[in-house]
Amino acid sequence: MKSVIFRTLAPVLTSLMMLFSIFVLLRGHNEPGGGFIGGLIAVSALAIYGMAHGVETVRRAIFFHPMAIAGAGLLAATSAGLIAIFAGVPFMTGLWIYPAVFGREVPLSTVLLFDTGVYLVVVGAISSIALSLEERGGE
Amino acid sequence: MAATISPPVDLSAALVAAPPTLAEWLVILPVAWCLAIGALLVMLRRPIGLHPAIAIAGLAGLVLIDGLLLKEIAENGPLTMVMGRWLPPFGIAFTADLTGALFAFAAALVALVAGVFSLADINDSGRRYGFYPLLMLLMAGVSGAFLTGDIFNLYVWFEVLLISSFGLLVLGSEPEQIDGTVKYGFLNLIATTLFLIATGYLYAVFGTLNMADIATKAEALRDRAPLMTLTGLFMLAFAMKAAAFPVNFWLPASYHTPRVAVSALFAGLLTKVGIYALVRVMVMHFPVEREELSFILAVAGALTMIVGVLGALAQTDFRRILGYLIVSGIGSMLAGIAVGGPGGIGGAIFYALHSMLVMTGLYFASGIAMRLGASSSIAALAGLYRRHVGFAALTLMLCFAVSGLPPFSGFWPKVMLVKAALDIGAWWLAAALLLAGFLTTIVTGRLFLLAFWREAPPADGEAVSLSPAAFGPLAVLAGLTLLIGLYPEPLLAIIQDAAAGLAEPSAYVNSVFPEGGPQ
Repeated sequence: MKSVIFRTLAPVLTSLMMLFSIFVLLRGHNEPGGGFIGGLIAVSALAIYGMAHGVETVRRAIFFHPMAIAGAGLLAATSAGLIAIFAGVPFMTGLWIYPAVFGREVPLSTVLLFDTGVYLVVVGAISSIALSLEERGGE
Repeated sequence: MAATISPPVDLSAALVAAPPTLAEWLVILPVAWCLAIGALLVMLRRPIGLHPAIAIAGLAGLVLIDGLLLKEIAENGPLTMVMGRWLPPFGIAFTADLTGALFAFAAALVALVAGVFSLADINDSGRRYGFYPLLMLLMAGVSGAFLTGDIFNLYVWFEVLLISSFGLLVLGSEPEQIDGTVKYGFLNLIATTLFLIATGYLYAVFGTLNMADIATKAEALRDRAPLMTLTGLFMLAFAMKAAAFPVNFWLPASYHTPRVAVSALFAGLLTKVGIYALVRVMVMHFPVEREELSFILAVAGALTMIVGVLGALAQTDFRRILGYLIVSGIGSMLAGIAVGGPGGIGGAIFYALHSMLVMTGLYFASGIAMRLGASSSIAALAGLYRRHVGFAALTLMLCFAVSGLPPFSGFWPKVMLVKAALDIGAWWLAAALLLAGFLTTIVTGRLFLLAFWREAPPADGEAVSLSPAAFGPLAVLAGLTLLIGLYPEPLLAIIQDAAAGLAEPSAYVNSVFPEGGPQ
């Protein structure tokens, strides 16, 4: 797996897949996609990078421990449900704001926050498994 | 994107209009709170020393929330909150009635004392493996199971608590623990699959998963739907979870392997979730079918009691003895569900709450005994009485309580159950209850005689002092069993209301469907 072609292409492939995973995550509100599948794409990107450049490089690159990322995701998803308490509606009710960024209206919602949480949980949990399997698998 | 140009839909008919009161938030808060604290602990990986403080503060908060919830429900009746404002039965409802709130409160209490005990039991490597995050996630699952008002959601919370319990069981990764976990995991996965199949079947028959909706629709469907099969499937699945005979063998095979704090927690919580689910489904949803199945349930209960206690009599390992005593207690609860009526159901609920406190306490005692005597076998333990008199006294109190002797908490539920069994003429069930109680007295007597009273070799007979983190939780639990034993009236009144609310769930249904039934 350490051919020059693979090692050269892996960073490009990884960054493209990462970008695509975020696209899939954001697309998920109204069309096929979402946090879970986006997270899986992101994990595949990390796994490819790990195969090419070693698990240590990946761990350095994502900076946080995978489980910490999963924890952050769980916290984000839980708070997405709890925000409703301030709006006087039941748990997990979708709430929207439309701030204008550079003159364009950007719809943001607690649903998006929840989905981002799911994305992070999947990225954290599955990459934790994938990275430790790659470590154990040897070269 | 594409869907922004959808035609305008009037959603007011599908959404809950009234804003939820703060009291209604108490229904969902135990789960959200545990998840949030658990997530926070998962994120804090470096400052591992902070974990116990945050977790114990979180569990104290959980006790407070559940206490407020119980108070609110005792005063104003069941509370409901629907997720995402969708009207039930389409939105997933969280509905807490007295039974659920009582169980949730007792579970939080047990988790708090187990959290304190873990200070003396879980070392740094256990913390690094994630004991405290798993504990919080387990509590999220347990609270969710007790408070949800949707049967598929109940399945989801079962999964959450199961996954966390796998993590807690293998804490330490010793071969013995892996062995216990495989048995535990395998049997529980079968039970969960059975539960899922039954739920799918129920959805096909009823077209709803909301518990209040099921309770109202069961009456009309009784003539043309296979409700007996459904009830039988649920009964088998939950009996497996609760470790009833003949599907009890996973429990004694796994509960003696993990850390003491973990087995204490499991003893208090996991089997009781099975009992709670059994009570909820069989008493509230399918009362007629419960009547039909009551003989099978009574026989299973009697056999569970006797087989459990005989198993305990044959063991020498302290924690294995306790594992069999849990099984025996489950038998008493099954007997209560089989007998039915306010006495039987109330007795079963009371017994479950008592068992949560006492079995957790006894597991703490086994942990302390193992540390003092450097062995877990009652053949090797000796002279614990001389080494710490207070510890011996507290253990004796718990031994009395688990045997159902006055003036401790085990006495009242046993009285209720025996009386309820005699009232319907099931003298053999009453005899089994009394025989199991008598044999339990022999088991605990043997335990106390060998491990505590027997003279130790003079070399290791001197008195020692115990850390407050180990001794305190034991004292709190023993004190609670004594308090309940001496002054059971307030608890008894709540339990009777809880049992009445299960038998006649109109208040529960009203809380989910305020306009009188689904449209």
